[in-house]
Amino acid sequence: MTSLRNVAAIVEKEWRHYFGSPIAYVSLTVWALLFGIFFYFAFSFFLRESMMAAQQMEFGGGPKMSLNELLIRPVMHNMAVVALFLAPMLTMRLFAEEKRQGTIELLATAPLTDLQIVLGKFLAAAGLYGLMILAGLVDLALIWHYASTPPEWKPVLTGALALLLFGSCFLALGVFVSTLTRNQIVAGILSFCLFLGVWTLGWADDPGAGPVMKAIAYLGVTTHMEDMVKGVVDLKDVVFYLSFIAFGLFLAHQSVQSQRWRA
Amino acid sequence: MIEVENLTKRYGRTTAVDGISFRVRKGEILGFLGPNGAGKTTTMRILTGYLPPTEGTARVAGYDVFEAPIEVKKRVGYIPETPPLYPDMEVDEFLDFCAKIKGIPGPSRKGKIDEAVDKTRVGDVRGRLIGRLSKGYRQRVGLAQAILNNPDVLILDEPTAGLDPKQIIETRELIKGLGGDHTIVLSTHILPEVSMTCGRVVIINKGKVVAEDTPENLTRRLRGAGALRVDVRGEATAAAEAVRSVPGVVSARPRPESAGVTTLEVEAEPGRDVRPDIARAVVSRGLDLLALHQVGMSLEEIFLHLTTTDAARAEAPPAAPRSEEVTA
Repeated sequence: MTSLRNVAAIVEKEWRHYFGSPIAYVSLTVWALLFGIFFYFAFSFFLRESMMAAQQMEFGGGPKMSLNELLIRPVMHNMAVVALFLAPMLTMRLFAEEKRQGTIELLATAPLTDLQIVLGKFLAAAGLYGLMILAGLVDLALIWHYASTPPEWKPVLTGALALLLFGSCFLALGVFVSTLTRNQIVAGILSFCLFLGVWTLGWADDPGAGPVMKAIAYLGVTTHMEDMVKGVVDLKDVVFYLSFIAFGLFLAHQSVQSQRWRA
Repeated sequence: MIEVENLTKRYGRTTAVDGISFRVRKGEILGFLGPNGAGKTTTMRILTGYLPPTEGTARVAGYDVFEAPIEVKKRVGYIPETPPLYPDMEVDEFLDFCAKIKGIPGPSRKGKIDEAVDKTRVGDVRGRLIGRLSKGYRQRVGLAQAILNNPDVLILDEPTAGLDPKQIIETRELIKGLGGDHTIVLSTHILPEVSMTCGRVVIINKGKVVAEDTPENLTRRLRGAGALRVDVRGEATAAAEAVRSVPGVVSARPRPESAGVTTLEVEAEPGRDVRPDIARAVVSRGLDLLALHQVGMSLEEIFLHLTTTDAARAEAPPAAPRSEEVTA
């Protein structure tokens, strides 16, 4: 009970900071804006394609057009790239700033465990990120309003879940990187490089790849998104993401503790 | 309330705290004195349960800081040298957050905050952003944070550093007022502060306890060490040489001579009256002895005596302890 309350106190404090400064508004706006732009482009593309398909109808019918496949999925993929850029901004100051201000000592001398502090900070960032995803989904609601045959909603939901899990991996790693320095810019840049590295692991995924490359590709965070964005929630992907997050938080926790021993 | 036993803290190869032991009784105000880098901050951080000790034990309110840090933290209020405050929070907001992480349950939170605000007199800045507060107010907000949950033990690391004289007096009064209810350990290098607020003093230097007593006793005990002031008409080096030749004289430092008179600051071995011998030595060398005073050591002098002469006498230490500024 107390531990839950402690975590909640940290989350609340971080949210006060996010919303008491431009951070939350800027990231929400940027996310919603980019979501809108990508949605617009994907939508125009879809419109062109469906027009062409309609013309082909006269010659005996074109391919079947799916809103999920041609509109929603590309947008989700693009937003994953945006998450790559925005995640460092959400996590870089979490520990670095506490260290620079000396307030880490306040937290460290309060009856809180290091794990509660790490969890609180991660959940605060993940919460804001979740809110960003929701803000993006508002755009998709338009389709339901206007489309004659509405798309399936389940893949949209699993796609959002994929985005959340995928981004949370970055956030967990970002929390860890933030514990390493007292300079938030350094934390931001390092996080971004690390995220990019983890991202590119997925590029090793090639049909002709050998077992080693396959294993590397498996560690890439993007590879596990594919099925989920299509609407298939495979337990192994969820477990992968959750263990990735747990690993990031474990590193952060170890880092905070070891600094106490050395500090 | 606090029992420290043979406490040692090493950072790599440097030893910041070297086997210190002391006790603090309930309700007592203990002054923790030492030059910068003596290990004050490290010791205090260990007492708060923040840093684990390398060797030895420290028990606060009956709990071992290493085995039960959370229990210790519940009972200790701590302000580091620079009070840990969030500049983008309002005072009330900050105290509310602190109350939450200190586990003060919702219903009594408001009351506790009001109480701490009253005691530290920060009532008129409650709605202000901490970043806009003056140093004095920040220090007090830090103190308010520390006493929020009415802890048994208060640990204050240089609570008056960087304040103006009026604020220093106010803070001292505040601390004095908190003694009795709370057991207080405060570190400082401002010596009058200690004689004014503390019931007992522990002086540490290079990680070791060099003295532990009441301020009065320390002064009395060291008065016997006999500091003398000798005024001699004549040339400085000759005068100093004359005094130094007396057995029992530890050192004789001439001040710059003025109008042909040299004043020597003489330190003699404790418990030995060297005055008659000095008088004879000076006169026998054909110099005029003008005055000979016995000077009581002020706390400043005791402090310097304990923390510098010991170091000078010891063989050059292998490595200076890392200063607190580096680790902070």
